[in-house]
Amino acid sequence: MKVDEIIKAQDLPIRDFDGIIIGGGGSGMRASLQLAESGLNTAVISKVFPTRSHTVSAQGGITCAIQSDDPEDDWRWHMFDTVKGSDYIGDQDAIEYMCSEGPKAVFELEHMGMPFSRTEEGRIYQRPFGGQSKDYGKGGQACRTACAADRTGHSLLHTLYQANLKAGTNFLNEWFVIDLVLNSSKEVTGVIAFEIESGEIFYIRSKAIVLATGGAGRIYASTTNALINSGDGIGMALRAGLPVQDIEMWQFHPTGIYGHGTLVTEGCRGEGGYLINKDGERFMERYAPNTKDLASRDVVSRAMAQEILEGRGCGPHEDHIKLRLDHLGPDVVHKRLPGITELSKTFAHVDPAVEPIPVVPTCHYMMGGIPTNINGQVVTLKEGKDSVVNGLYAAGEVACVSVHGSNRLGGNSLLDLVVFGRAAGIYIEESLKQGSSLSPSSKEDIDQALIRLNKLNASKEGKETAELKKQMQDNMQSNFGVFRREDLMEKGIEDLGNSREAVENMYLSDKSVSFNTARIEALEMQNLFEVAEATAITANERKESRGAHARDDYPERDDDNWLKHSIYFSSTKSVSKKDVNFRPTTVQAFQPTERSY
Amino acid sequence: MSTTIPLEEVKNVTLSIYRFDPGKDKKAYMQDIEIEVPANKDLMVLDALLLAKKKETSLSFRRSCGEGVCGSDGMNINGKNGLACVTPLSEAVKRNKLVLKPMPGLPVVRDLIVDMKQFFDQLEKVKPYLITKDETPEQERKQFPEEREKLDGLYECILCGCCSTACPSFWWNPDKFLGPAALLQSWRFITDSRDQATEERLDDLDDAFSLYRCHGIMNCVSVCPKELNPTEAISNIRKKLINRNN
Repeated sequence: MKVDEIIKAQDLPIRDFDGIIIGGGGSGMRASLQLAESGLNTAVISKVFPTRSHTVSAQGGITCAIQSDDPEDDWRWHMFDTVKGSDYIGDQDAIEYMCSEGPKAVFELEHMGMPFSRTEEGRIYQRPFGGQSKDYGKGGQACRTACAADRTGHSLLHTLYQANLKAGTNFLNEWFVIDLVLNSSKEVTGVIAFEIESGEIFYIRSKAIVLATGGAGRIYASTTNALINSGDGIGMALRAGLPVQDIEMWQFHPTGIYGHGTLVTEGCRGEGGYLINKDGERFMERYAPNTKDLASRDVVSRAMAQEILEGRGCGPHEDHIKLRLDHLGPDVVHKRLPGITELSKTFAHVDPAVEPIPVVPTCHYMMGGIPTNINGQVVTLKEGKDSVVNGLYAAGEVACVSVHGSNRLGGNSLLDLVVFGRAAGIYIEESLKQGSSLSPSSKEDIDQALIRLNKLNASKEGKETAELKKQMQDNMQSNFGVFRREDLMEKGIEDLGNSREAVENMYLSDKSVSFNTARIEALEMQNLFEVAEATAITANERKESRGAHARDDYPERDDDNWLKHSIYFSSTKSVSKKDVNFRPTTVQAFQPTERSY
Repeated sequence: MSTTIPLEEVKNVTLSIYRFDPGKDKKAYMQDIEIEVPANKDLMVLDALLLAKKKETSLSFRRSCGEGVCGSDGMNINGKNGLACVTPLSEAVKRNKLVLKPMPGLPVVRDLIVDMKQFFDQLEKVKPYLITKDETPEQERKQFPEEREKLDGLYECILCGCCSTACPSFWWNPDKFLGPAALLQSWRFITDSRDQATEERLDDLDDAFSLYRCHGIMNCVSVCPKELNPTEAISNIRKKLINRNN
C-alpha cells in the first residue's frame, strides 16, 4: 500500500511492536534505550535519521546537582531555582523528581560514553547558567550546568544513538507518522505511519506509544529551531481530542544571532560574557542588579526588547543588542565555546574573541505541551478530573509534565529529556510486564486517522504550504511575541481562524510516492497550525503576566486567578484551568513570592 | 569560512540541480531554476534551495538544523562536497551559476537525496559505542582533561557523509572499506581512556580492506565541514596495528 493512494483501513498492512517511540531526539532515544535494554521489541519511528533531531543543536549544557564544581551542592537548591524560574506554575512533584533523579540520569550518560568536558580532578565540568543559585537563592550564583564544551546536545544525542545501537533498538528512520489510532474508549492502540523513501504505509500497533516529537518553534518567523520542529505530536494529540497545557508559554532566548536566528548559548554569559546596548552600557545591571546577565531568560529577553524599544538598540536600525566575549581572551572563547566561534563566523561574520556578536531575543522553546504525570503517561481532563490516556505517553519538549512552568531555566531541557524519557521507559517496562490489554480499534477508528492524508491526496485546488506557512509565521511573530496585548492577539486569532479551512483543505501539487518532501511539509504545516492556534487562543485568555508571558495590558502576575495551568482543547477552542501541584514528597513546597533576580 | 563578497553582485542566480524521481523519470537530468537573491541578504546554499523549492515544489533534499550541526544537507556543491546550510552563496556561486548534485558514490533516491544505508552499515561495523568491562561506578568514570582532549577533533563528527562520499576507495569498495567517517569513529573509541575494547577493535580492522584501502589522498579532510581530520585518525589506527603486530 502506497502513501499516494486513497487509503482504506482494511487495505493497510499491520506491524506490531511492544513499544514504539515517535521521535529520535533525546527523550525518545532515552525511552527506547530503557525498553530495548529490558528486552522489549522496541521501535523508534523518526522522520529524520536520529542524530539529525533537534536535540543536536543544544549547546550549553545539562543542569544537575552532580556536586562536581561544588561538593556541597544540593538538588533541593536546583529545585528551588526551577520552581522560581517557572514563576510558580511548574508542578513541584515533577520538579522534585527531575532534580533528585537527575544525577543518576547524568552519570548514566557518562557511563554510555558521553564526552563531557572535565575538571582537573577528572570529574564532569560544570559552568554557571542563568537563574542558578546556592542555598535557596541566598548563597549567590551556583555553577551547576554540566557540559561537553558548547556541543552538549550533539554529544548527548550521539551518545544515546550509540547506546541504542548497542542495545539493539529497531530504528524506523525516515518514517513519518500521520496520526494516532484510537479505540472506542479513546485509548491509543497505534499509529498510521509511512516510510518516506518507499512510500509504504502501515498501521503500526503497540501497547505503549511514546510521543517524543519535540517542539514547534517554526510557528514563528524567527526561531532558533530546526526546520523539522513542526509540533507533530501536538497536532496528533489535539486531533485525537486530547488537550495541551500552558501552550501560551513560549521562551524567547535572549541570544539568537541577529538576522538569522541561530542560537548562541547562555553558556557564553555563564563563562563571563555580557550584553551591551548601543552606548556600550552593560544594561542588565539596571534590570537585574544581583544576577545581571545571568538572570533567567524571560527577564533578560524582556530587558533586551525594552532597550531596543527605547532606542538603545545597536546597528543602523537600532534593532539588536551585542554580546561581548572578547574580554574573556581567545583561550576561553576557543576552548569553552568552539561551536559559538564557528557559528558566529559563519552567520554573523564576526570572531567573538575579537568583536561582539549581534543578537536578538528569538523564539526558542515551548514550555507547554501535552500534559503528563511523572511516569510520562498522558493525562486528559474528564468531567473536570485528571484521567490517564491508556496506551499513550509523552516526554521531552512535546510534553508538559510540567517542570518548566512559564519559563524554563537554561540547561533544564536536556535534563528533562533524559529524566522523563527514562521515567517513561521504566514505567512502560513495568506496566507491560504486568500485562495490559486495550480493546482493538475498529476500521472506522483507523479510517479516522487516515482522513487528512486522503484529503491531501485527493486535493485538486487550494492554497499550498509555503503561502499558508508564511502567513501564520508572520502573524505569530507580530502578535504573539515577547510582549503581548489583547487587540493585537485578537486580530491574530481572527486571521488564524480565517485560514483554518484553507489549512484543512490544502492543495498538494506533487503527489509522487518516493521521498516526497512536499507531502511531508503539508502534513507538518497542519501540525504547526494546531500549535499556533492553541498558542494564540490561550495567550489571549491568560490575563496576567507570568514568566515568558508578558502582557502590556495585564503587567502584573495574578496569583488569585492564574496560579494555574491552562488547558486547551481544539475541538471546542476552549481554555480551562488546572491546579498546579504543590505537593512534593520529600521537601516542603516552595510558595510563590515576588520573583526578582 | 572565507570572507563574503557583497551580495548585490549575485542578485539572480541560476541553480542547476540534479533531478530524478524514480516514479516518473527513466534517467536523471539537470534542471535550471532561477532564483532572485534579496539584495544585502546573506544567503546560504540551503536558503537558495528553499527559494527554489517554492518555485518547484517537487524538488527534494534533506535539511533540518540549518546551522551545520545535524548533518542532513550534505551534497555536492559546484563539484565539492559540503553542507548546504553553512556554505554561503558568495563562496559557492561561480559565474552566476551553482551546480548542485547528490553526494557521489551512493545510490540516488530522489533529486539530491542519496541512500545512506551503506554509509551507516559501515559505521555500525566499528561498534561506535563505549565498551567497558570494569564494574560501573556510582558516579562518573574519571577522565582527566589531557585524556579528554584526545577526543577533540573526533567526537564532533555529524555523520553527514561528505567525507566518505568524496573518497575513491569508498566508491570502489563501499561494502568492504569502512570509509573515513566510520574509521574516525573507530579511533574516537580506541583513544577514549574509558574504552576497554582496543584489542577487539583492532582485530576487527586487521584485514586488507577495512582500513588499509585508505591511500591517504585526504579528500576527506578537504571536504569535512567540521574541519576534522579522518586521515590522521586512520594513520593513528595504522600505527597501533603495526606496533601491535610487530
